[in-house]
Amino acid sequence: MNLLRTRALWLFLLLGLSTLARAELTIQITKGEGSAVPIAVVPFGWQGAGAAPYDVASVVASDLARTGRFKPVPEKDMLQKPTTAAEIQFQNWRMIDTEVIVIGQVKQQPGGQNLIEFRVFDVLRGEQLLGYQVSSDAAGMRRAAHRISDLIFEKLTGIRGVASTQIAYVALIGDRLKPTYKLIVADADGENARVLLESRQPIMSPAWSPDGRKLAYVSFENGQSQVFVQELRTGARRRVSARMGVNSAPIWSPDGQRLALTLSKGDGNLDIYVLELNSQVLTRLTNWSSIETEPSWSVDGKSLYFTSDRSGGPQIYRIPSSGGSPARVTFEGKYNARPRVSPDGSKIAVVHNDRGNYRIAVVDVARAYTQVITEGSDDESPAFAPNGEMLIYASTAGGRGVLSTVSVDGRFEQRLATSSGEIREPAWGPFPNK
Amino acid sequence: MNGFKFLLIAMIFVVAGCASKKGTTTGDGADGMGGADGASAYGTSADGEGSANALYEQQKAALMNDNVVFFAFDSAEIDAASMEMLKQHSSFLASNPNARVRLEGHTDERGSREYNIGLGERRSVSVQSVLMVQGATAEQLAVISFGEERPAVLGSDEAAHAQNRRVELVYEN
Repeated sequence: MNLLRTRALWLFLLLGLSTLARAELTIQITKGEGSAVPIAVVPFGWQGAGAAPYDVASVVASDLARTGRFKPVPEKDMLQKPTTAAEIQFQNWRMIDTEVIVIGQVKQQPGGQNLIEFRVFDVLRGEQLLGYQVSSDAAGMRRAAHRISDLIFEKLTGIRGVASTQIAYVALIGDRLKPTYKLIVADADGENARVLLESRQPIMSPAWSPDGRKLAYVSFENGQSQVFVQELRTGARRRVSARMGVNSAPIWSPDGQRLALTLSKGDGNLDIYVLELNSQVLTRLTNWSSIETEPSWSVDGKSLYFTSDRSGGPQIYRIPSSGGSPARVTFEGKYNARPRVSPDGSKIAVVHNDRGNYRIAVVDVARAYTQVITEGSDDESPAFAPNGEMLIYASTAGGRGVLSTVSVDGRFEQRLATSSGEIREPAWGPFPNK
Repeated sequence: MNGFKFLLIAMIFVVAGCASKKGTTTGDGADGMGGADGASAYGTSADGEGSANALYEQQKAALMNDNVVFFAFDSAEIDAASMEMLKQHSSFLASNPNARVRLEGHTDERGSREYNIGLGERRSVSVQSVLMVQGATAEQLAVISFGEERPAVLGSDEAAHAQNRRVELVYEN
């Protein structure tokens, strides 16, 4: 069945200190696979000393399954396991309705490098669609497998893949009323998790810099909400806002030079500000007596969407990032909050009250059309994948926080859960540099 | 007059407080300000020393047994019963100008987290303005919102939600 289990070795790095711990991460497809294209990713051959160092094919198959567009053929259903083009008997694959087949070999090179060769074939026509060689050292095999998945996905769909991207999220461990909070960055499949910050006080709202090198987030470690920016590689961090009252909801401008954030400045009234990161110059964007928070930049950086309850309940508004008068964007339903703009700028994802349940909805901005795409009762924190195909969001299952990804049309969904504790507030990182 | 009556109420609450340790679990234990420390202070006042400090600790400990304002869904309005409770706190604050209290605003788990930070802040500010009208000063009151990040109880039913929509008055000294 489409139950993909992966074991994750979580690497814990706490501001330079490192401890090792293990946790099991499971990915379970919870909805939809009907229209997915059957694809066979045959175990890759190995030419080298000893046993094969890494199962590249299984990582590629998992990545393709997670896109919702492909359904990997289980290894036990494979009638043959070719590793070269000449070995492929296409009629065998047509018989089990496979449409695409991926084969490959890993060749050990002198000096410890591995050369991964793979080819993709259209089963019906018996034609090669794609052939590549990727070189990697032993430690980089997993990353190489993600790159291979992305190349295959892009060739077959015309859309850039996100297997090589990363996610950030907040994990809660231990006593549920007094947990330890951890800010974590992991690969898009949940593996290779690293702890960036650990605290007994709440951590909230991680946000990626556009270059994928830094995270902004909210930490209560000093007794009140403050905004920090932390470099992923070095762990170095800087407190960028510790004004009186609320310092929250940071989000990077597309050019990476500014942070939009929410401040109360001690007067109890939340408003949106823009902070120039180099100069520390702060510009106030809203000045209303209602709650204004959860800013999100438009793709061109010229405007900001945000939540305001000036009309009574929370709704989404849009304001020029240089200041000006706001326009209301959402009208459907009495609760629309926490906007996130899609990569092409045409849609915003929001938390929407759907007949008493808090669910993720996608709003077509031009047509003001709202489509509810999840089915939970307390779904929150939607974030678009950088290719705009999927969203990751937080929900609860069995009383615990879990993360799920869902296709933008709501048809395909899968869940990421840890074996202990809970996870929440996902943020999907940008594409890596090619 | 008023102070004497208040002390009596305080004594009753001290007894109640020792019987159940409720006050210690609702507080922000992470900062080492749990009610357990306050409880040990009662003993010194019973020795008959009668110092101002002991009285202060005694009154404060009593107040910590009734230090949570609850709210209706999506509301920052304070009901009549809570107004009475806040009066006890504000008269204590008025007669102890050095007392400092943190007003920690919370929401239930529903809806978006950052918007809930706003709702929690609004609730804290609502309590702040009542306390100030009743005689506390701005310097005595610190407002903080935890939104839905720090529930008092777990659970997703209305009973749990109602207990989580709250402002806790936490004395800092």
